[in-house]
Parts: sequence; C-alpha cells; structure tokens
Amino acid sequence: MCTYLTEKLEISGSAKGPSGWIRVSDASVYFDHPVHASGEHTLNIDFLNPPMGPSARVAVELSAESARALAKAIAVVLDSAPPGLA
Amino acid sequence: MYDAMIAETVQITGHGGDAIEAYSARPLRPGPLGGVVVIHHMPGYDEWTKEIARKFAVSGYNTVLPNLYSREAPGASPDDAAAAARARGGVPDGRLVGDVAGAAAYLRGLTSSNGRVGVIGYCSGGRQSFLAAVSLPLDAAVDCYGAFVVGTPPEGSPLKVGPLLDRTKDLSCPLLGLFGADDRYPSPEQVTELEQELKAQGKTHEFHTYEGAGHAFFNTGRPAYRPEAALDGWQRVFTWFGRYLAA
Repeated sequence: MCTYLTEKLEISGSAKGPSGWIRVSDASVYFDHPVHASGEHTLNIDFLNPPMGPSARVAVELSAESARALAKAIAVVLDSAPPGLA
Repeated sequence: MYDAMIAETVQITGHGGDAIEAYSARPLRPGPLGGVVVIHHMPGYDEWTKEIARKFAVSGYNTVLPNLYSREAPGASPDDAAAAARARGGVPDGRLVGDVAGAAAYLRGLTSSNGRVGVIGYCSGGRQSFLAAVSLPLDAAVDCYGAFVVGTPPEGSPLKVGPLLDRTKDLSCPLLGLFGADDRYPSPEQVTELEQELKAQGKTHEFHTYEGAGHAFFNTGRPAYRPEAALDGWQRVFTWFGRYLAA
C-alpha cells in the first residue's frame, strides 16, 4: 500500500535479535509490503528500543491469515492464564 | 564502446546543508554526460535501488541515489532505516526537495557533466520525483507509480503529505509517468486526473498504464514484478532521458 499506515504502541518486555536480547519499549504494527516474506502485503511488527537506535529492532512479517491466528492465540493464552496473573 | 564505471558510497550536501549518504554510479568516460537522481522507494536505500543506479551508469548517465533516511538511521541497514522513517511518518516534503537539490548540484558539479539532470523515483519516490520536478529546475522527470500526487493518504495515516496536483503548473521539465492498471495507490482514476491537469497546463508529458500490472511492477525482487511492463517501461525511461538529458 505504501501508505505509512501504522499503529504505534508502548510496550514492556524483551526481544531477541541477532545481537542478543534487548529491552523493547515500543512497537509498530502495519500492513504493507514486506522486506523478506513472500506475498505482496504482510502484517509487519517491529519491536523497538528507540534510544538504542534504528538497528535495535526485532521484526516479523506475517501473512494476514497467520497474523490473525497469532492474535487469536495470544488472546486465548492470556485469557486462560490463572486469575490475577495476566 | 568503453563501458567501465565506478559505483561507490559518497557524501553529498543535502537539505539544510546536512551531509547525507548517497550512492554514486558513474561511467568512467570524460563526457559530457547527463545526470540522473534516483529516488528510492519506501523500503529505502536498498540493494535493488542501488542496482537501478548502476543500470543508469552502464547506460551512460552519471547517477546519484541519496539515502533519504540518512538522518533517521545513519549506518543502519536499509530495512531498519525504513522502519525508523516509517515510525516518524516518512520524509518531510521540504527536506526531500533540499536533498534532491543537493543531489542535482552534486551531478552538475562533476567534471563529466553536461549540465542536464533528470529525476526518477519509485513508489513513494514517484511522488517525490514529481515534487522535485515542480520545485526545482530540472531537465526531465519520471514518476513510477507514485501515490498521493492526486488524493490524500487514508485518514489516520501518520504520513503528513498533501496532494500536489495544484503544483502541476510549476512543473519545470517533461514528465514521463508509468503506472499499473491494477494499482490502487495511485488508482487509474487518479492517474487520469493528473494527466488531465498536465494537459490543461500545457506540460510536456507521456503517461503509460500497463494492464495486468499493479504497484511496484518494476521491482524484480517482489511478486509484483511484471516483466513485460518492466521491460517496456525501461525502454521508455531510456528513450525519455535520451531525449532530454543527452548532450
């Protein structure tokens, strides 16, 4: 789409990339052309640590179908966690 | 024909006097040679766009590809730089014009230059090619499927750009436009609207819309690649630059 249409959110956690684990504080979510995945458009998520610079990024590019399945799986797992934990 | 060339990373002076990274590809001939500024697509200053720069150099043009994300992500890989630029809403129009002006000055300053400079851009760079051509004195321009020359980004988009249609009257050079009939950004209706405005303003232009092709049909690394459209498109690009940038 090349629209820069992007959801940005603050997050709290860690992610592992080529240089090892990093704290991540921000995420960008967008549906656009991928860099590496096949398919014309993918659901892309960047997990970021902006103070560490643009290279502090763990990225995924998922087909729309697998992204929806992932979102559903995340919700199922969180909803089934013991009360008070998630 | 002597066909040696050099391709290397250089620093040029961009908008606001900033030193920015650029990829320069030049024939090793004394000239005089025309120059081409290549504006990369939204995924950034990547291998595919560097190949385009070398393609122009092989064909006899001094070529420079400014890294429009130099400031956001100096030294970062192209995909990380593009992600950082995206998160900030893209490249501001004023800065783009300043960076292309710097790239054009770099080309005109080469000892082999014939003084003529054209611009070509892909995807978001297509719009930026048009923007440069209505903002700067240039000799030829090519817009490859640039969105939002006509129309505005969807509501909620962080991309803060407006339409450029009302700037058509300021177009400084002949414009070649290459589009895919299946594209939605820009849509065929938007392409038609732009062409009507070019006609109304009496601007030299040539538009081609390829059936069976969508956005990014030139991009050999993507499923969107359409060889027939791309081969015909390249031929038209070189005809266009041959006509307006030759010595």
